[in-house]
Amino acid sequence: MKALHNFIENNIKPTFDEGGKLEKLYPAYDALYTFLFVPAHANHHGVHVRDGIDLKRTMVTVILALVPCLLFGIWNTGHQHFLALGQTAEFWDKVLFGALKVMPIVVVSYTVGLGVEFAMAVIKKSQVEEGFLVSGMLIPLCLPADIPLWMVAVATIFAVLIGKEVFGGTGMNVLNPALTARAFLFFAYPTYMSGDTVWHADEAFSGSVDAVTGATALGDAAAKMPVDQIGAKYDMMASFIGTIPGSVGETSVVACLIGAFILLLTGIGSWRIMASMVLGGYTMGLIFNFFAVNPLMQIDALHHLLIGGFAFGCVFMATDPVSAAQTNTGKYIYGFLCGFLGIMIRVFNPAYPEGIMLAILFMNVMAPMVDHYVVQANINRRLKRLNTVNA
Amino acid sequence: MDLVNIFVKSIFVDNMIFAYFLGMCSYLAVSKTVKTAFGLGMAVIFVLVVTVPMNYLLENYVLKEGALAWIDASYASVDLSFLSFIMFIAVVAAIVQLVEMLVEKLSPALYGSLGIFLPLIAVNCSILGGALFMQERQYSSIAEATSFALGSGIGWFLAIVAIAAIREKVRYSNVPAPLRGLGITFIITGLMGLAFMSFMGIEL
Repeated sequence: MKALHNFIENNIKPTFDEGGKLEKLYPAYDALYTFLFVPAHANHHGVHVRDGIDLKRTMVTVILALVPCLLFGIWNTGHQHFLALGQTAEFWDKVLFGALKVMPIVVVSYTVGLGVEFAMAVIKKSQVEEGFLVSGMLIPLCLPADIPLWMVAVATIFAVLIGKEVFGGTGMNVLNPALTARAFLFFAYPTYMSGDTVWHADEAFSGSVDAVTGATALGDAAAKMPVDQIGAKYDMMASFIGTIPGSVGETSVVACLIGAFILLLTGIGSWRIMASMVLGGYTMGLIFNFFAVNPLMQIDALHHLLIGGFAFGCVFMATDPVSAAQTNTGKYIYGFLCGFLGIMIRVFNPAYPEGIMLAILFMNVMAPMVDHYVVQANINRRLKRLNTVNA
Repeated sequence: MDLVNIFVKSIFVDNMIFAYFLGMCSYLAVSKTVKTAFGLGMAVIFVLVVTVPMNYLLENYVLKEGALAWIDASYASVDLSFLSFIMFIAVVAAIVQLVEMLVEKLSPALYGSLGIFLPLIAVNCSILGGALFMQERQYSSIAEATSFALGSGIGWFLAIVAIAAIREKVRYSNVPAPLRGLGITFIITGLMGLAFMSFMGIEL
């Protein structure tokens, strides 16, 4: 390690330093260097270190929390494929097929996203920011496995540039970049993002396009399939473990729960948002159960929390520390409305049965307003107290 | 149920800003701070709620073909609808004058910060738009027209307060120099429109 460090210090660094040949690319060099070594920069003024964790460690922790979802997603992609073809396959066959489908999306998302980040850092002459490490993983996980790779690339560019970089980069964005990418694809290429045909990776190794179609549980329900059939096709246990069709990483509640455990243990995800979001979704589900005039409304409130992207959105999307509400009271309100509106869009809007992601995006927009009024209420309360003390 | 449907639809689905891009000028100009945005939003709600029902009455008892039949059967063939634009805008201008006097009396600070945009509500496209949508959609009762007006106003209010809160936050971020100010505001508006699209096609 020391030899490598010396080699970089003596032979590579001068090329990028001021006056070096590749001076302009210093941000790119800096990003890779700090990825390998702890930087030796020190503050010369007073600084109050409260925690050893920095942005890079935070991001890596979230990625660790995402690994169960990714692994399960890979297996499930293969599983759904062979299930749809009516073939039985070995465990490793499923994993291999799934990996061949999913890994290219991950690679494209990271390459394109980091490419944009590096380019922007060079243009802005700033350090490369680590924010994309997580977004790059979230984007593949919330897309269907069969999506064309160029769409992934286009959506990633849109999300990173328009969703984040124009606001000044990581920590400044208003919307969650991964959700921006998904919403962009959703509205720009609706036929690839919803409907019956997208949820199975169908073009098998043979290259034949099968006529096999499979809808998600929510797609079926939106198509007015009676509730007992939905119950039989996607029972609670299958929805919980995740052996149902859906976007790559979002089907398994178990995997999301493992992720949630890691995030809560390290204090990176906000338990306030997660808890209030589950509560919000459950409340709305109960309200709909009470009326129960169509199949979507008849779905059990608990089952609502297990199908679709609810668990994934709740654990990984809504808790994004940048785009969520910042104040503690605001987090309760924000989370509750995410769940509440998510189930509402899912039920009321036949065009978008996967409403959770859109609801979170909507609440991202509203979060600054929620924060503003929470802060304002606090100011008013304290002013009142001050006035009573003075009076 | 119909009233609730119209109300919710005009807030989220047919949002004045994000679905029709009406009232953009004051939306962009007065959204620098939440406080002024809140004031203008309330003013727009008020003006809409007063003018749309008034225009509804005008439309149905004066302007529409056959609307004058209540005076005398011989007027049943009179069609004054070519006057609707000028009548609507006259009503709007009169009400705005009233609002302006009220705001100046009740909250001089708000009056100062709203500046020219308060009288400009008279030519705010979302206000006249509200009246014209009311005419085009042919609401069957004055209650429906009022619920539509209230919903549209709240939708506009929500949009301007939300973007004002975002702009207050964005002020601390390192936006690239060419985009600062209006540029980034347009981008935010577009992204907010993307988020509001989640409600498109909702049927109650």
